[in-house]
Parts: sequence; structure tokens; C-alpha cells
Amino acid sequence: MRKSPKTPLAVLAGAAVLVTLAACDSRGSTGNETGTTPGPVKVEASDTACNVSVNTAAAGNVTFEITNKGTKVTEFYLYAEGDRIMGEVENIAPGLNRRLIVEVADAGKYQTACKPGMAGDGIRGDFTVTGGAPKQSDANAQKAQATKSYADYIANNTAALEEETGKFVDLVKAGKVDEAKAAYARTRTYYERIEPVAEKFGDLDPAIDVREADLEPGQEFTGFHRLEKDLYVSGLQADSTKIADKLLTDVKDLVAKSKTLQLTALDLANGAKGLLDEVATGKITGEEETFSHTDLWDFQANVDGSKGAITALRPLLQQRDAALVSTLDKEFTNVQGLLDKTRVGDGFKLYNELSQDQVKEFASAVDALSEPLSKVAEVVSQ
Amino acid sequence: MTSTEGTRVSRRKLFGLAGAGVALAGAGAAAGIGIDKATGGSAEAAVTTVDFHGEHQAGIVTPAQANLHFAALDVTATDPEKLRQLLKTWTDAARRMTAGQEVVANGAVGGGEFAPPGDTGEALDLPASHLTLTIGFGPSLFDGRFGLAGKRPPQLIDLPLFPKDKLDPARGGGDLCIQACADDPQVAVHAVRNLVRLGFGVTEVRWSQLGFGRSSSTSRAQQTPRNLFGFKDGTNNIKSEDTDFLRDQVWATAADGQAWMAGGSYLVARRIRMHIETWDRETLDGQQQIVGRTKGTGAPLGQTAEFDELDLDVGGAGGEKVIPEDAHVRLASHQALNGVRILRRGYNFVDGSDGVGHLEAGLFFLAFNRDTRKQYVPMQQSLSSKDAMMEYVQHTGSAHFAVPPGVSKTGYWGEGLFA
Repeated sequence: MRKSPKTPLAVLAGAAVLVTLAACDSRGSTGNETGTTPGPVKVEASDTACNVSVNTAAAGNVTFEITNKGTKVTEFYLYAEGDRIMGEVENIAPGLNRRLIVEVADAGKYQTACKPGMAGDGIRGDFTVTGGAPKQSDANAQKAQATKSYADYIANNTAALEEETGKFVDLVKAGKVDEAKAAYARTRTYYERIEPVAEKFGDLDPAIDVREADLEPGQEFTGFHRLEKDLYVSGLQADSTKIADKLLTDVKDLVAKSKTLQLTALDLANGAKGLLDEVATGKITGEEETFSHTDLWDFQANVDGSKGAITALRPLLQQRDAALVSTLDKEFTNVQGLLDKTRVGDGFKLYNELSQDQVKEFASAVDALSEPLSKVAEVVSQ
Repeated sequence: MTSTEGTRVSRRKLFGLAGAGVALAGAGAAAGIGIDKATGGSAEAAVTTVDFHGEHQAGIVTPAQANLHFAALDVTATDPEKLRQLLKTWTDAARRMTAGQEVVANGAVGGGEFAPPGDTGEALDLPASHLTLTIGFGPSLFDGRFGLAGKRPPQLIDLPLFPKDKLDPARGGGDLCIQACADDPQVAVHAVRNLVRLGFGVTEVRWSQLGFGRSSSTSRAQQTPRNLFGFKDGTNNIKSEDTDFLRDQVWATAADGQAWMAGGSYLVARRIRMHIETWDRETLDGQQQIVGRTKGTGAPLGQTAEFDELDLDVGGAGGEKVIPEDAHVRLASHQALNGVRILRRGYNFVDGSDGVGHLEAGLFFLAFNRDTRKQYVPMQQSLSSKDAMMEYVQHTGSAHFAVPPGVSKTGYWGEGLFA
């Protein structure tokens, strides 16, 4: 799954599900050249004027060619009503030509703006877009229901994450190594279930979950895996307490932020797939839990999280592609059956206790599940 | 090679026909290379030879051939003179093989009945296939065993460990390297095999890598090929026609620190495993945002044609950058790296499967630059820390070599080292 902290679906305050979906689609189709207005709209920008060759265009891809004839570095914007940015190009140095292709799906009133000196409201002009596809009707109640249902799933797990992390951190701080080890894998379960949400927060996810092998130069080794190393390999360190406190702070921060997150149905679909990708590249290889070898706990949690998202989407999927749902059911059951075979008490075998044949069996079952999972997004986006 | 009509066409003949590549494994790119201007000979073999001699070694700006065999070797001998003699022997052998000849005269079948053949024979009847042989010297060659410590160029650093590296020691390092590129994989393998054979007692193979389907173009006459992610790769590469970039960013000069390296370059080799199975499940939109280009035409996001300049300042809805902040092309671009460029010459690889049902596939990245410290290293630091693509790739092998300048008709590889 794509882990961009800048995913356009992430946090658009107040934007409805439908609008955020459209925003995503427009980025992907930039190069597809559908509905292109014939000929570019020429924009001549100077320090005092913003001359736009035509002030109307048909809905679809609208191409602006901006020439900076002024002496200041400038910017060009196309705004929708309420100054919502439809497209922009920054840093247009004097004398340069730049191109901006904006997909404008809906007819309506827009504004162009040049901003000499790259400041202020700019030199505005009205711009009218005609034609355009009719807005999708509100057959999206199911999507709304799905995202609400998944939000409940997230809320349950983030609450548990905060609580369990608190207990785990207390054990670390009390120097109770054996008890902390016993709590470690269970605590991480709640994090691994909601990873698609956690990944939306670009700074918190690495602080909480970075692996030692992935550290960037100068990056401090913090979070769960740092404590994992302390508990399982190097023994508690002078700063383990500090690391533990920071972990709890970061988790609380994440839990608070997750409440403001507006997920789309497409996010759910991509998240369900992304969690299984995590299994394929991290858990099946035993790279996630290098020190504790508790990868199968994470594996189970990723599968849980994926299933949680699919469950939320189920009514929608059932209506649109019942065969896909039954394939998913079958493959989820298959993966779960393999996991169940490795159960020991209320946990699992350690990764380094698995035979190569077992690893291969897991990999194959994950592939068989991931393939149909990767088709969910398309079905949801229809 | 076997055609459906049941008739067999000789390789030699096929290679002479521009555009006939499809019938022949590995020949697809030969059509793109076209007729070699450097030789201009009329003989059939001449059109598929690349001149071995020159100011720079061949195999760097030479239009990238379709196939690669790359070998890294360690020197087992302790006498520097033995190393020097081997370099001379290798140079003579390379002169012959790149001209489409056997490694020694009367090699495969013309020698004595009771001696093993001097040439291993698998390239008999095959044309030169644009074979180039390029040698490089690793940092470890300058460790003092051969009295060469004072000749180590400052640019030839031990590469740092980059974030997310998962390096296999069995796929990295080496005192020497030989890069063999050819239209026909068998010609490349033949060349490496025979050089290795000549080296027994002085050198041993440390690791080697086969590659196919060049993943970069090094000439404007070549179409941009696709890597195993299915995307055009190398659109923004330095090309042989970019003489200013070559001068400033590829070729070393005497003033760079070691006079013997003037006209040479520095080669970074990275074996990059691709998790192609998870990549294949990523949506088209997701793939394009990770790369920063459209999959079809290869145009940068926000632009319309492949060779349109990247515009990192274009924003879409909400002002979000059309080429995302963590897109591969943004982070690797000269715009984002203070003008730094490199010449890439990588190949795709599939080394069977990994034992758990996934293809052991990826990109064998080869890049030439003038100063690895200032070019490749900052680029890779940026990519390994921020590139969204890192989720789908893993660097599993790493090596660095000083590639000496080309040789004259009477010279030998690395003679400047012993001057």
C-alpha cells in the first residue's frame, strides 16, 4: 500500500466523501487525456496584469500555458468557488513558460489568478466552465455506511491500543522485563490492525513503528521496536524509560488525530490490500520483529484489520460483485486456518520456529488472498 | 530460436536485418541500436562490433545492448606483477572477443587434440553482437596488497549503508569487475567465462549477475525501455549526445585527484530486488503516483509527452503537488538534487524464484558518475529515506568500482596503475 503522508484522501476538513474521491481520481487521470479542451488557454502574466486568452472552456482537461513577462517570480492558480484550489503552478521565473493541466469535471464559475511575487490574493479573472458530467447521485449511502462502520472498528482498536500501550509502558518503566515481553506482541496487535490509518500520519508512524534497519541517518531509534530490542536483546537502557514515555505520548497523539480522519470507501479497499502487502513483505520474511520473532501476532493483526475493512464494505461488495465476496471469504478462511495451526496458548509460534515449508505455505495463501483483495478498490470506485 | 515454420534462420543473418529482432531472444533491442557507425565496415560481422579502443572504455556511452553478464572478482595472487600480466592478457583477449573473434587464435577446435580447447566455443558462429567489455577496480584493490594504496582515488569510497539496505555480502564488493554487454546473452557469457578462465590462479569470481532487457537507454536513437515495474526507465538519463553532461558529470579528469583515472569514471552497482507481486496489486493510479510518470507514455505527471521536462511546482486539487513529494522521479531529479545527474546503464534480472513462490526479480542498477560522493550518494540518501517506491524494492547487493580510461591499440587495462 502506498504510504504517502500526503495522500489526497487523508484530511480534507469538511469535505464530503464524494468530493475527496473525485480529488483522488483527478490526479490519476492527468495523463489520460479525456475530454481535453481544444488548444491551450494562454496566460500572459506580468507584474501588474494577468491576461487570459479565453475565459471559458468545456469541462474536462483544461490546459493553461503561462508565460511570465514580468520581472517577479509568479504563480498561477485556478480556483473554484470559495477559493478551493483546482490547480496551481508555482515558481514561474521571469521569461519562463509553464504548463498546467487541470481536470475540471463540473461546469460552473471559476477564477484564474496570477500572483506576481508569489504573495497575496493575486490578479483575479472570472473563468467559466461549461458542460460536464452530471454529479453522481446519492447512491453512495452504502459507502457512507461502510466508512462509518469502519470508523467504529478503528475507534475500538485505537482505544484498546492506548490502554494496552499504557500498561506495556508501565511494565517497561517498572523494569519488569518478563511481563513486558509477555505484553509486547499483544499490545502491537492493536497497532498492526489499524496500520492503514496510522500510516496517514507521516511523522507519528515512524516514531512509533520504525524498524532499526530502516532508520535514516540521524534518525533516533524510538517506538515499539526500540523497546523490543531492549527487552529481547540488549537489556533495558538508561533511556528506556524516556523512550517508553515518548511511545505513549505518540500513541495518544495518534489516537486523538485518528478521530479527525475522514476515510473514504476507497481508502478502506486500499487499506485492506495494503495490510496483506505488509504481511507479504514484512511478516512472512520475519523482518518486522527481528528481536522478538513475534511476527505471527502481527500477521494475525494485519489479517484482522484487512478483514475489518472488508466487513465494513461487505454490503456494497455483495451487491456489486457477490462472486468476489465469496472468493474473499474462502481465502480469508484459508489464511486463518494456517494461522490457527501455529497457535500456542493464546499466542503463536515464533517466526524462527517455522519451517521453510510453513513459510512457503503462508506466502502462497497470502498471495491467493491478496489477488482478489486488490480487485476490491475497482469494484468500490464504480 | 526455433521458428514455427520449422525453418532455422542463422543468427548471423537475423542480426543483419534491422527490425527482425522479435524472433530472437534478446535481439529486440538490437533493432533499436541499428547500424554501428563507429565501424562502418561492409563485412557482416563489422556492423555488430563496437570499437574496443578509445579515450574512454566502451560499454559506458555505447548504446545499451540488450544483455549483460557482470562479474566481480577478487585477486587471489599476492604478486602485483601477476595482476599486471593478467590485465595485459585480458586486454588482448578483450580486443579479440569484441571484434567477434575467438579468445585466442585457433581456439575452440584448431589446437592440439590432447589439449583442452583454448576457446570454450559457445560463441562460434555468433557475430560480435556489439559486445563491450569494461573493467573496473574496487576499493579493496587499493588496500596495500599490491602497493596501490597511494593510487586510490578519493572518489572511490566504501559506499555507506543506506536506510533500508538489506545487503547480502555474497552479492557485493570485489577487487575487480568485468561488465560484459552484448545483444546476444551467450556472447556476453562467453566473454566473461573466458576471461575468468584466463584468470584462474590470479583471480576468482566473487559474485556475478546476468541481466536482460536493458533498463536504460544511453542514446537518443534508442527507445526508452521498460523495467519490471512496467514503466519506462531512463527517460531523463544522460545520453551519449549530452556532451556537456558527460564532461561535467561522468568523465573523471586528472585534476580530480588521480591522473591515471583521467577519462575514466566511477561505477556503482546495486542489485535491487523488486517485490513485483505486491507491485502488481497496486492500482494504476497508485503506481503512477509512486513513479511520478504515467505508465503509458511515460510523461511526467502534469505533462503530456515522455520527454517533457518535469515540473515539480505544479499542483492539482487543493494545491497538492501533481508529482507527489515522495514520488520517485521528483526525488531522483536533477531539479531536486542541485543539478546532479548520473548515467544509468542497468538491466532487469530474474534469478529464478525465492523459495516462497515469488520471482527473485528486480533491477541490476549500474550507474556511472564522476564523483560518487557528490552524485550517487546524495541521490540514494534521498531515495532510500523518502521514495515511496522503497516499499516495493530492496537493495540486496552493492559494489563500487573505479573504471579506468580506455586503452590505445598497444595499451592495456589499468596500465596507469603501474606507471
